[in-house]
Amino acid sequence: MLTLDEVKKLGSLARIELSSEELEQMQKDLSAILDYVEELKSVDVSGLEVLSQVTGLVNVQRQDEPKLCDFRDDIFANAPEMKDGYYKVKAIL
Amino acid sequence: MDEVKDGYKPVIGLEIHVQLKTKSKMFGPAPMGEAEEANVNIDEIVTGEPGVLPVVNKEAVRLGVMAGLALNCTIPEFSKFDRKHYFYPDLPKGYQISQYDEPIAQKGYVNVTMPDGRIKRVGITRAHLEEDAGKNVHPEGLPYSLVDYNRAGAPLLEIVTDPDLETAEEARLFLEELQRIVRYVGASDADMEKGSMRCEPNISVRKPGEEGLPKYKVEVKNINSFRFAEAAINYEIPRQIEILEQGGMPKQVTMGWNEKESVTVEQRSKEEANDYRYFPDPDLPVLQFTPEYLDDLRSRMPELPAAKRVRFAEEYGLKPADIDTLINSKTLTYYFEDVVSELREWQTSDDAAKKLDIQKLISKAANWCLQDFSAALNSANLKDPYESRVSPENFAELIVMIENGTISGSAAKTVFKVMFEKGGEPDNIMQDLGLAQVSDEGAIEAIIDQVLAENAKAVADYKAGAEKSFGFLVGQTMKALKGQGNPGKVNELLRKKLL
Amino acid sequence: MFEYLELSELRNLLDTKQISSVELTKYFLHRIKSLDEKYNSFVTVTEDVALAQAAQADEFLASPGENPALCGIPYAAKDLFCTKGVRTTASSKILDNYVPPYDATVITKLKEQKSVLLGKTNLDQFAHGSSTETSAYGPSKNPWDTSRIPGGSSGGSTAALAAGLCPWALATETGGSIRLPASLCGVSGWKPTYGRVSRYGCIAMASSLDSMGAVAYSVKDLIILANVLSGQDPKDSTTGHKTANFTVNSDIKGLRIGIPREYFIEGMEAGVKAKIEEAIKEMEKLGAVIKEVSVPHTRYGSLVYAIVCPAEIASNLSRYDGIRYGLSSKEAKSLYEVYAKTRDAGFGDEAKRRILTGTYVLSAGYYDAYYKRAQKIRRLLVNEFEEVFKEVDVLAAPSSPNVAVAIGEAASNPLFGYIADQLNIPSSLAGLPAVSVPCGFAAPSDGGSTHMPVGLQFMGPQWGEQAVFNAGLAYQSVTDWHKQRPKA
Ligand SMILES: [Mg+2]
Ligand SMILES: [Zn+2]
Repeated sequence: MLTLDEVKKLGSLARIELSSEELEQMQKDLSAILDYVEELKSVDVSGLEVLSQVTGLVNVQRQDEPKLCDFRDDIFANAPEMKDGYYKVKAIL
Repeated sequence: MDEVKDGYKPVIGLEIHVQLKTKSKMFGPAPMGEAEEANVNIDEIVTGEPGVLPVVNKEAVRLGVMAGLALNCTIPEFSKFDRKHYFYPDLPKGYQISQYDEPIAQKGYVNVTMPDGRIKRVGITRAHLEEDAGKNVHPEGLPYSLVDYNRAGAPLLEIVTDPDLETAEEARLFLEELQRIVRYVGASDADMEKGSMRCEPNISVRKPGEEGLPKYKVEVKNINSFRFAEAAINYEIPRQIEILEQGGMPKQVTMGWNEKESVTVEQRSKEEANDYRYFPDPDLPVLQFTPEYLDDLRSRMPELPAAKRVRFAEEYGLKPADIDTLINSKTLTYYFEDVVSELREWQTSDDAAKKLDIQKLISKAANWCLQDFSAALNSANLKDPYESRVSPENFAELIVMIENGTISGSAAKTVFKVMFEKGGEPDNIMQDLGLAQVSDEGAIEAIIDQVLAENAKAVADYKAGAEKSFGFLVGQTMKALKGQGNPGKVNELLRKKLL
Repeated sequence: MFEYLELSELRNLLDTKQISSVELTKYFLHRIKSLDEKYNSFVTVTEDVALAQAAQADEFLASPGENPALCGIPYAAKDLFCTKGVRTTASSKILDNYVPPYDATVITKLKEQKSVLLGKTNLDQFAHGSSTETSAYGPSKNPWDTSRIPGGSSGGSTAALAAGLCPWALATETGGSIRLPASLCGVSGWKPTYGRVSRYGCIAMASSLDSMGAVAYSVKDLIILANVLSGQDPKDSTTGHKTANFTVNSDIKGLRIGIPREYFIEGMEAGVKAKIEEAIKEMEKLGAVIKEVSVPHTRYGSLVYAIVCPAEIASNLSRYDGIRYGLSSKEAKSLYEVYAKTRDAGFGDEAKRRILTGTYVLSAGYYDAYYKRAQKIRRLLVNEFEEVFKEVDVLAAPSSPNVAVAIGEAASNPLFGYIADQLNIPSSLAGLPAVSVPCGFAAPSDGGSTHMPVGLQFMGPQWGEQAVFNAGLAYQSVTDWHKQRPKA
C-alpha cells in the first residue's frame, strides 16, 4: 500500500494538483495496480536483456538539411499567451 | 591566487556543453544559427506539438563521435538515447532527449601543457549527445518571464571530466585545450561568449589527511568566459575551506556566478530532490558504430593541438609561446605551413634565396603570421586566413625579400598592407610604390664615390680618427640613394672605400 | 442506401459516375447529423472540410487517368490524429481547443488519395481505456445495444462504422484498442505490425506500442487500406523499410493455424467460446491445419503492460503544461501552479492514474524493480512468440473473452482495461500484426437480452500481415457475420 505522502510526492513530481479526495482515490487505485503487477516479481528474469523496442532497427538518421517552418503562425495561434514573439509565462523564480 | 591553505586539496571536475556545428537541429530539420527575433528557428518538433517524433541528425552524431575520438575516448558499439524528465518552461516536451547509461563516448583523457612545460593528464569520464533547451528571459521587475525556443533542440555534446583538476589555472588551461580540440575536429565553434560552449565546474575540497573524494560538491552555473570560470573556482575554494576549518561541511548545492559582484550565489534550492526518471527513448532506435565507421572517422582526424605543439617545436624550432598562439587557429597553422613550404620552394629555385638561412625565414614567417597578418585578419573580421587576398606564395616571397634585403622591414609593412587590401605580388607592389631597397653593389659604389668626392673634409676627419664623420657619410650616401639603400651594404662598402 | 457498402462498391459507383463524391459526402454527413446523437461517435464533424475535399475529389474524378483507391471516399479519423486546421482533442479537456498546425503522415497520405474527412471520432481520453468511457466528451454507444460500450479506445471509430456513419475509419491500438472495439461492434479491424504505419502526427500514448490501423466492413477493405497507409516514413524513425503490397488471396490450404491454449481463459463467456470454436472448425474445413500451441507467459502480458504503458504515458503527457498550447489554468498564481492546476483540470481520472503509476515505476529506487523487470519479461514474451511462429503461420484466438458490457461497469474498476485486453496485449507488446473479424453473436453474461457480436482474431509474426489477411479473407469468404448490421 502506498502512503498518502508517497502519492502526494508523485503528484508534485508529475505536476498534478490533487484534492484530498483525489489523493485518497489514487492511493487506492495505485495500490490496486501495484498489487496486480506484484506477481511479476516471481518471474525468473535472469539472462534476459531489457527490451524497449521491438523493431530491431539501428542507425536511423536524417541528413543535416535545414528546413524553415512555414506555419509558425499556426503554432503560435495555439499559445495561451505571447508577448513580442515570446511565449509568456508566470515569473520563473 | 592559486595559494591553498596548508594541507587542503581542491577537487575540481568540469561539465562542459558544446553546441555541435550543424545546419539543422538534433532531432528535426528546423535551422540552426543566430536569429534576430524570438521563436524563429522553430517548427512543430521544436515546440513539442502533440504527435511529433524525433529523428537523429547524422552529422551531429558524426561530430560527437569525432570529438569523442579526439578526446581519446572509447566509442562503444552501441549507444542509445534516453529521456530525462523535468518541468521547466524552456523545455518543450517536459523531457530532454539525452543519453544516460550508454553515451557515445566513454573514458578518455586530454593532455594539458602547463606553463612550466609539465603535462597534466585530465580524465574524461564521458561525452554524450543531447538536445538543448530554449532560453528564458526575465524582464526586470515584472511578474512574468518570456520564453524563446530558438536554441531549443540544438545539438549538444556534454563532456564530463574526472575530478582531476586542482587549481583554477588548470581548469582554464584544460578548457582552452578542449576548445582547441573541438574546433580542430570541426565539432563546434566553442565560443563561450556566444554560448556555444558552456562550463559548469564541480568544486569541493579535500581536508588535510583525507583520502578519496569529499562527500559533497558544489556546482557553479552561469559561467560564460574562461576568466569567470577561473574566478568562480578561486572564489569557491577559500569559501569552502573556511567552512571546513570551522568543522562544517559545505552544502551540496548549485551556485550561480554573479559577474557584477564577482561572487557565487546559492541558487534557490529546490524543494524536491531531482528525480529525472530516465528511461530509453522508445522513439529512437539505437546507434551502432561499426569498426568501418570509426576507421573512416579516424582517417579524417586532423592533427590535434597537442601533437602539433610537439611537431612545431621539433620541425620549425619555434618558441613555445609562439606555438601556443599559433595553434589557437587550426587554419592559421595550415596557412603557416603552406608559407613554409613556399619558402622551401623559393630556396630550391632562386639562387639568391639559397644563401638565406631557412630557420630565419621560418621564424620570420611565424612572426608575420602572428602579428601583422593576424591583426589584419582580425580587423577585417576574417576567421579563415585563406579567405584573405594574401596567398601563401606571395606571403613567402615577401619574407624572402625582407630577409635578402630587397625591402626594408618598414617598407614591407606598407607592401603587406596593399597585398592584404588589394592582393597582388609583393615585388610588383614594391616597384609601384617605389620602395625597392638598393642592394646592387655597383650602384651603391658609384654613389659612394660621388659622396666621398664632394665631402673631402669629412673623409679627412674620419681618417684622423673622428668616428662621427662616418655616420655623416652614411647619412649623405643614404640621402643620395633616396633612403632606399640597403643599410648593411652601404656601411660595408663605405668602410671598404675608406680603408 | 450508401451506408454499409464496401470500398470496392463505392469505388465502382464513383468511377462510373453513378454518384459524385459530394453527393456521397452529403449523404454521410446527413446520417451523422441525424443519427449520431444516439451513438456519440463523433467529437467533431468537419462538414466544411469534407465538402471542400469532396469537390476536389470530384474534379480529380472528372479528369482522365486512374483514380487512387480511396479517391472521393469519405472516412472518419480517430481524434488522436493531428489534422491541420481541424481541432484535435484526444477526447481530453486539456486539448479541447487545440488546432494542430500540421497533418499526421497518414492524414497526408489520405489527402494525396483525395479522400474525404467526415470528422474526428471519439475515444477514451488519450486512448487510455477500453470502453470510450474515459472520454471528456462522454462515452460512445454500441450500435447493437446503446446501453453497452462499443469497446475502446477506438470505440468512436467502430461505433460510427457499425452505425453506418462512415465507410471506414482510422483507428489506433496500443494494447487492444482496435481489436477489442472491432470485436464488440461487429466490424473488421487491422492492428498493423509495429512500425508498419507511421506514428508521426498521431498523439502518442505509449510510443513503443502505438500502432496506427483501420476498421472497415471486411478484410478485403482492410487490405486496400493497408496498401495505402503502410510504409516507411522519414519522420518516424521506428517505421520499417518493408514495402507493402498486400494481395487478396483466400486460399488457406495447408495454412498452419495455432490455437494458443492460454487464450481460452477462465471466466471467458460460454457463448464467446462456442463461437470461436465454431470458427476454428470453419477454418479447418477450408483446409487449414489446426494445432494447439502454448505461449506460456501470456498471462503476464497485461501485468507488463500495466507498468510499461503508464511509464511511457507519463513521459508523453509531460508536454501538456499550459505553456505552448492547450488548456492553461487561469487561477494559477505561480509557475508551479500553472503546471499543477492545468494538469489537474485538463486530465481525467484515468490519465492521472496512469501518469502517477508511470511516474512511480520510473522514479529513483523503483525503476529496476518495476520498469526494467517488466521490459525483461517483455523480452520473454517476444521470444515465446518467435518460438511459436516456427510451428505455425498464424494464431487464432478470441479478441475479447466477453461481449460488450454495460456502460458504467468499466468506470468502477481501475484494472478494467488490463483485463479486457489481456488477449490483445501480449501480441501488442511484441509488435505483432493481427486482424479481428466478426464471428457470430452471443448472449452477454450479465443477462442482457440482445445478442452481441463476438470477434475472432488472427495474429501473425512480425511483418506477417499477408498471412493474417489471408486467414481473415478465407473466413469471410464462407461466412457472412461481417455483413450483419444492427437495427437502425
Ligand atoms: Mg548536467
Ligand atoms: Zn547536459
